[in-house]
Amino acid sequence: MEEFKLMKGNEAIAEAAIREGVDGYFGYPITPQSEVIEYLMLEEPYKTTGMVVLQAESEIGAINMVYGAAGAGKKAMTSSSSPGISLKQEGISYMAGSELPCVIVNVVRGGPGLGTIQPSQADYFQTVKGGGHGDYRLIVLAPASVQEMADFVEDGFDLAFKYRTPMMILSDGLIGQMMEKVKLKPQKTRLTEAEIRAKYGDWATIGHKPSERNIITSLELKSERQEKHNHKLQAKYREIEKNEIRYEKINCENADYLLVAYGSSARICQKTIQLGKEKGINIGLIRPITLWPFPSKVINDAADKVKGILSVELSAGQMVEDVRLAVNGKVKVEHYGRFGGMIHSPDEVLEALEQKIIGG
Amino acid sequence: MTPEEIIKKGTLVFEKTKLMTDANLSYCPGCGHGVAHRITMEVLEEMGIGDQTIGIAPVGCSVLAYDFMNIDMQQAAHGRAPAVATGIKRLFPEKYVFTYQGDGDLAAIGTNETIHACNRGENIVIIFINNGIYGMTGGQMAPTTLAGMKSSTSPYGRDLGMTGHPIKITELVANLPGVCFATRQAVHKPGLVRKAKKAIKKAFENQRDKKGLSIVEIVSNCNSGWKMTPVKSNEWLEENMLPVFPLGDIKG
Ligand SMILES: Cc1ncc(C[n+]2csc(CCOP(=O)(O)OP(=O)(O)O)c2C)c(N)n1
Ligand code: SF4
Repeated sequence: MEEFKLMKGNEAIAEAAIREGVDGYFGYPITPQSEVIEYLMLEEPYKTTGMVVLQAESEIGAINMVYGAAGAGKKAMTSSSSPGISLKQEGISYMAGSELPCVIVNVVRGGPGLGTIQPSQADYFQTVKGGGHGDYRLIVLAPASVQEMADFVEDGFDLAFKYRTPMMILSDGLIGQMMEKVKLKPQKTRLTEAEIRAKYGDWATIGHKPSERNIITSLELKSERQEKHNHKLQAKYREIEKNEIRYEKINCENADYLLVAYGSSARICQKTIQLGKEKGINIGLIRPITLWPFPSKVINDAADKVKGILSVELSAGQMVEDVRLAVNGKVKVEHYGRFGGMIHSPDEVLEALEQKIIGG
Repeated sequence: MTPEEIIKKGTLVFEKTKLMTDANLSYCPGCGHGVAHRITMEVLEEMGIGDQTIGIAPVGCSVLAYDFMNIDMQQAAHGRAPAVATGIKRLFPEKYVFTYQGDGDLAAIGTNETIHACNRGENIVIIFINNGIYGMTGGQMAPTTLAGMKSSTSPYGRDLGMTGHPIKITELVANLPGVCFATRQAVHKPGLVRKAKKAIKKAFENQRDKKGLSIVEIVSNCNSGWKMTPVKSNEWLEENMLPVFPLGDIKG
């Protein structure tokens, strides 16, 4: 049954996971996302849907439990925040190499190091440019509301299983902690062993006769074969780039200036558009929903119609590099950000646009 | 007589288990890994559970265990096998799950995953090959390297003041209530091979009976890493490893 609830972003993730029919959640507490595991423990889905919830000994333990479960064809997920995600990177790289599907949630906080527990978007590089070792990509969905926190759990598993690849929901402490109304999907049933065998039996390790056995590995000692495997991965990434780019355009029709922002920054920028109107400045906003694959072409096309672009992020300037690549010198692209846990206000964004783009 | 005339029903007294593939083992001749592989697979075959078992290969010389063990397998990151096993077993409690790990894998980088899987009493089997050295990477010191033992990173012999003592993981985890069976075996003599196989069988029976975690340590050789002939390495094992790592059941 569909249902409306008032929930924190982190709780919405947890509730959506139960309703998605996730088989296993493995996590380790870290602010500002501990509510995910707290909520799951409180709801006891192992009594209702059979979903396993386990507090691991560390983030390393958690991601490797996800690895095992995903290798067995199960829907497995984990969540953490920045320092914990750094620890998960080894496992994420292995999962990418072994082509295992899973959903990883990062509710980002300010860094580097132990940093702060306040929201930030400074894990952009780590998430979309790599993070772990080797040539791989994660599909990255960036929610801008509690509703999207819930929705992206389902979307995330669809994408992860479609392409057999780990994916990340890149959120931040603001969306994780804020409360909003959220529409929840009806409960899905979990797959039985027979269904897993029918759907994923050709790759998942569920126990097979020797003649049909499956192996999950990212090891290939012969370089020619490793290169071939990497070519296969890269072809898959090109396919994802072709099919899965998502974005939102707000007020872009006749805009003179463009803001590019994702997640909570994009929420703040919506208010900036209004403030601009009051001052007679026509501002549009492109909100990348997939940070990888990045909506480069949409931004490039938009650059034909505007006088300048401001990339607004809660970081010292990370996504701006992808915006510049997309724009390819057509118009001026600048960056505005607060970081280390500080959040920009809509006025500050407008001021930055006026100084760096309009007057600059 | 041709081999076909000799090998036929009635005259056949021993056959290689079908749960070992025909691939050539990548281990150095004389290394204990091959024997440990075989008895593990023989146990699965005898119990008739090969098609219900998922094995976890480690990082180390046995990283390619899935090339030889003819069952569903997952390869884990260095030391993480007990966590990977946990993920599978928790979601498929009726399957048999085991890890196969070296001392560098289990007792160094993976100590955390090992102790916590043991402490949670995961209903899995850990097969732990202790050869006192990092074989795969070229004979560096392991946490299990003996006092005074030479390795490429303890070229003058392991200095306990500098690097601590050989760690006895099996005794350590035997203290945890989640571990139902902890034993130390060896495979350098036929009689010991039989005992080790019995221990492995008991470990899988424990899993069948949902008793908790069983760990079977196998003290083994690394003739290449130790820079000895296979025969000499087995003598050395007997004289030097076994006094520090005595054989027998520690728990269960
Ligand atoms: C994260 C990481 N660190 C280091 C290594 C390199 N490495 C590969 S095998 C190995 C040691 C394995 O030793 P052991 O577990 O004792 O197994 P053996 O080779 O002796 O059978 C190391 C350090 C690695 N692959 N991954
Ligand atoms: S290096 Fe040592 S452990 Fe590795 S295969 Fe050779 S003898 Fe065995």
